[in-house]
Amino acid sequence: MVKTKGATTQGYKLWMALTGLFLCVFLVIHVLGNLQLFLPAEEARIQFNWYSQLLSNNLIIKIISYVLYLSIIAHVVYAIILSLKKQKANGVKYAYDQRGAVSPWYSRNMGVLGTIIFLFLIVHLKDFWYQYKFTELPLDAHGQKDLYTIVVSAYQELWYVMLYEVGLLALGFHLLHGFFSAIRTLGLYHPKYVKLAKWVAWVYTLAITLGFMAMPIYVYLSH
Amino acid sequence: MKLNLKIWRQENASEKGRLVDYQLDGVTTHMSFLEMMDMLNQLLIEKGERTIEFDHDCREGICGQCGMMINGRAHGPLANTTTCQLHMRSFKDGETIYVEPFRSSAFTVLRDLKIDRGSFDRIIQAGGFISASTGQAPEANSIPIAHETAEAAFDAAACIGCGACVATCKNSSAALFTAAKVVHLAILPQGKLETAKRVDAMVQQMDAEGFGHCSNTEACEVECPQGISVLHIARFNYLYHESRLLSKT
Repeated sequence: MVKTKGATTQGYKLWMALTGLFLCVFLVIHVLGNLQLFLPAEEARIQFNWYSQLLSNNLIIKIISYVLYLSIIAHVVYAIILSLKKQKANGVKYAYDQRGAVSPWYSRNMGVLGTIIFLFLIVHLKDFWYQYKFTELPLDAHGQKDLYTIVVSAYQELWYVMLYEVGLLALGFHLLHGFFSAIRTLGLYHPKYVKLAKWVAWVYTLAITLGFMAMPIYVYLSH
Repeated sequence: MKLNLKIWRQENASEKGRLVDYQLDGVTTHMSFLEMMDMLNQLLIEKGERTIEFDHDCREGICGQCGMMINGRAHGPLANTTTCQLHMRSFKDGETIYVEPFRSSAFTVLRDLKIDRGSFDRIIQAGGFISASTGQAPEANSIPIAHETAEAAFDAAACIGCGACVATCKNSSAALFTAAKVVHLAILPQGKLETAKRVDAMVQQMDAEGFGHCSNTEACEVECPQGISVLHIARFNYLYHESRLLSKT
């Protein structure tokens, strides 16, 4: 047995799984923090702006945020590498292809879903993250940057709410396969815990996706 | 029954192939898919044309030689069935059936539906063995193995290497095949000792042959004639990561 060195597809997949799971953990924090939007308007403004300031001033959060940016980039880069390798591996296409009958559509279209999420992320970061970090925002009664007003006024447009719903739906299907697939890639093979992992993936996906999807709709309807 | 067949014809590995139309009458529902192909070949012989080449051996569903993409599915419309165990009762009278070879850049089409699966052999050669001295068959009970362990190893060893997992995979991944070979040896006392070296070597070879990555769509388990569980892939992943984490080099 000759042992050779170098990056393997297995290695790339491991990084996809680790970065993906880290992003999954981030989403939990993100959705929990955003729940403050459901408070009564004035209370929500103070709470939400306080929370935003807390996050942006905290050194630990700052370090985590850099890991987060790196994870997103690594996840995308490895996805592109694997997808190029896959195209080479597939070779000649089938003239008549019904292979899709034996696997869920979202598991076969992680790249497409990922691209939608990436485009959505650009819009999302440009409208909130960039505005908060790099532009002058009006201050609220406590002298904090008033991100709440930015969020609320963004969701006054129906097309913008719809854009979010589409982006979040893509995220939901991506998570449904991604969460479970990452755990499989890490190597959880015991049948008992595999079942548990699939169940957790469903609960996680529903909680995250429905949680996020409810926010633009709630803001649109309540303001 | 009468069938419209669209069958992939290709002269050799370097030439381009194409689908050719054939009409076949008098097929009975009791025929196996390969018997239907034999019937068509008989007609081609009578007409003086070159027969359609395809691999087959035991025709009992255990050798792993036969394998075709039938109506866009590996081994046809049934789950966990080899091409030879597929019967014409699974098709309707007057149906159009597409027949293509298993495709992947790691499987070269030699002619028509016949492919070269040498890449699988080279994965086995890379590590799918134990380094024991050869000689007489050892006494069966000298190494005690629990019944459950033996059965679990055999579940993995049941892989017949037909290539349906690769053919049906959207990434042309050989993960199920390689996982079956790795896990089969990893859970037995004779094979356990060399697991780290073996899994590393087989993964390297799998990549060198040009197979893609596994994205856990689980399509392979459905098309696998032996129903090899995708959990073997999970265990294979585990063993691979373990080998990398604990490797001394």
